[in-house]
Amino acid sequence: MQLSREQLLKAYRQMKTIREFEDRLHEEIPKGLIPGFTHLYSGQEAIAVGVCENLNDSDAITSTHRGHGHCIAKGCDVKGMMAEIYGRATGLCGGKGGSMHIADLSKGMLGANGIVGGGPPLAMGAAIAFRNRGKGEVAVALAGDGSCNSGPVFEAMNMAVMLNLPVIFVFENNGYSEQTAPAYAVGAGKTDLVRRAEGFGMPASKHDGTDFFSVYEATREAVERARTGGGPSAFEFNCLRFFGHFEGDPQKYRIKGEVEMARDTMDCLKNFRHRVTEAKLLEGKDLDQVDAEVKQLIEEAVAEAIAAPFPPDTDVTKNVYINY
Amino acid sequence: MAIKTYREALTEALMIEMDRDERVIIMGEDVAGGAGGSAGVRDNQNGIFGTYPQFHARYGENRFIDTPISEAAIVGAAAGAALAGLRPVVEIMFADFIGYCLDQIMNQAAKFRYMFGGKSRTPMVLRTAYGAGLSAAAQHSQAIYPMITHIPGIKVAVPSKPADVKGLMLTAMRDDDPVVFFDHKALFGVQGEVPEGDTPIPFGKGMRYREGKDATVVAIGRMVHFSEAVVDKLAKEAGITCDVIDPRTTSPLDEDIILASVQKTGRLIVVDESPPRCSVAGDISAMVAMKGFDFLDAPIQMVTSAHSPVPFAPNLERAYLPSGAKIEEAIRKSVDY
Repeated sequence: MQLSREQLLKAYRQMKTIREFEDRLHEEIPKGLIPGFTHLYSGQEAIAVGVCENLNDSDAITSTHRGHGHCIAKGCDVKGMMAEIYGRATGLCGGKGGSMHIADLSKGMLGANGIVGGGPPLAMGAAIAFRNRGKGEVAVALAGDGSCNSGPVFEAMNMAVMLNLPVIFVFENNGYSEQTAPAYAVGAGKTDLVRRAEGFGMPASKHDGTDFFSVYEATREAVERARTGGGPSAFEFNCLRFFGHFEGDPQKYRIKGEVEMARDTMDCLKNFRHRVTEAKLLEGKDLDQVDAEVKQLIEEAVAEAIAAPFPPDTDVTKNVYINY
Repeated sequence: MAIKTYREALTEALMIEMDRDERVIIMGEDVAGGAGGSAGVRDNQNGIFGTYPQFHARYGENRFIDTPISEAAIVGAAAGAALAGLRPVVEIMFADFIGYCLDQIMNQAAKFRYMFGGKSRTPMVLRTAYGAGLSAAAQHSQAIYPMITHIPGIKVAVPSKPADVKGLMLTAMRDDDPVVFFDHKALFGVQGEVPEGDTPIPFGKGMRYREGKDATVVAIGRMVHFSEAVVDKLAKEAGITCDVIDPRTTSPLDEDIILASVQKTGRLIVVDESPPRCSVAGDISAMVAMKGFDFLDAPIQMVTSAHSPVPFAPNLERAYLPSGAKIEEAIRKSVDY
């Protein structure tokens, strides 16, 4: 399917926003104003955007501890996200959640999730609601290679197949489960995680996670199938994490030059720019303009976050319950 | 009022809400049972404790869902479905199996609203059968409601009477916060008066089941029945009269009804089926020691199970559990102090 000029520009803008957001956090974190642990998504942008460009606000995604990219791709407010990561009252979650728990239910973003393997059962449950509602909504569990060794994920995949639910399991294989590679931690099919999903009885395939078009096309077909009662699917999208597991990770487990190689040959933004300009779908200056606008947006997001107040101490016991 | 069993009263509440609100669904292992079996039977046993008579025939495959034995998926699915607009009631057959799905309770459902800055609701009920007394041994008998009561974001109901299970279940299913609902497996056959119709009971409101002047006995779940029997006996044989208070929910906890009673009697005995450390008994005792110290005329007594796994042999299980004799001893010790 040929994407329109607007769709291409939007996809690029989304990917660029994620990259700029994460690269800026990488610069800001050492300055000491961002509390807690932060896990960056740079290098994986084509997956979040390629998947989410097939979804509407009424569709749902679940995410991971490395969730900033998923949030942006699903339409969360970028300034609200930045303020949340700084722990400010103006954050999307009022400073209660932070980097690992950003959510916006109005956008179908059911939460970044600090528990590896936490998301897939939730997405499968959202799919039960969607099946019962009968409006063709779809849930997508965005999960990592680490989660593919987690029992609840297996349970969710089996239940999705036996109940024929509109849910898609996306395994982003970024080369490392925290600090340990799937090549070590996966028993069978070490280089082919997706065979596990296939074993549960759903269509499952593996694609280049640094190629937006490949992710988009593969997901589009699965989303259409799920919308029309065709049940679950699974994907493995391969890529390489540009940063460590968390910011501050010394990454002694990676050979020298690995990240440089990835930035050189596995950069989804470079790939996208090359593809669309070669095919004369967009011009370099169109993309340069997006780059400038995104840079400005992130600049403002950081400045506004730093200027925003922290939540009042009295918020500590608010919203534990709706009523108690 | 009609006399009904605890089981019938629970079923009545589930049916009222299933009939009234199509967002309510029920999921769990063998809730209907028989799926895929050679006999082609559904509504096989109406749930392992017979609480869902003909629910599969009545509510259909989409609202009454037999699941695989996958506790994490069941509870995770309930939390996800709740975020997406359903009001799931899920069954974890035995409370002991919560070990398999504690993450979905403790890290997911309990925390969404807080982590997301108040912008979500997770209206789900996790029903589970707990408790010793049937020689079900160490992995099918535990009273783990204190563990769950400890979790901020979760409400916990532990009813003792048929009327209470009906009223509290109605409230649980209408509550927008996640609720874990503990039914003692030895109570399903217990009979009592149950009001007709739609009779929700608010959370955080305890009930006084006996009235007296000499001591306050606070009891949880099945221990309410144990305590009533002892208190009736002491009134008859020794002229010692006690309040028997059932908090009915451990989170929120009705502190006022307990403190008001202790203010009147000056003595507190707490009877709890869970082991003593970090128990509801310990929690209530600490609360009264902090807020009602001046009311007390005697040390607080706790009657709990042993700090041990639940044993299998019937005599050992009796030795493990609170008993009439242990409760009587505690009351007498308090009154004689």
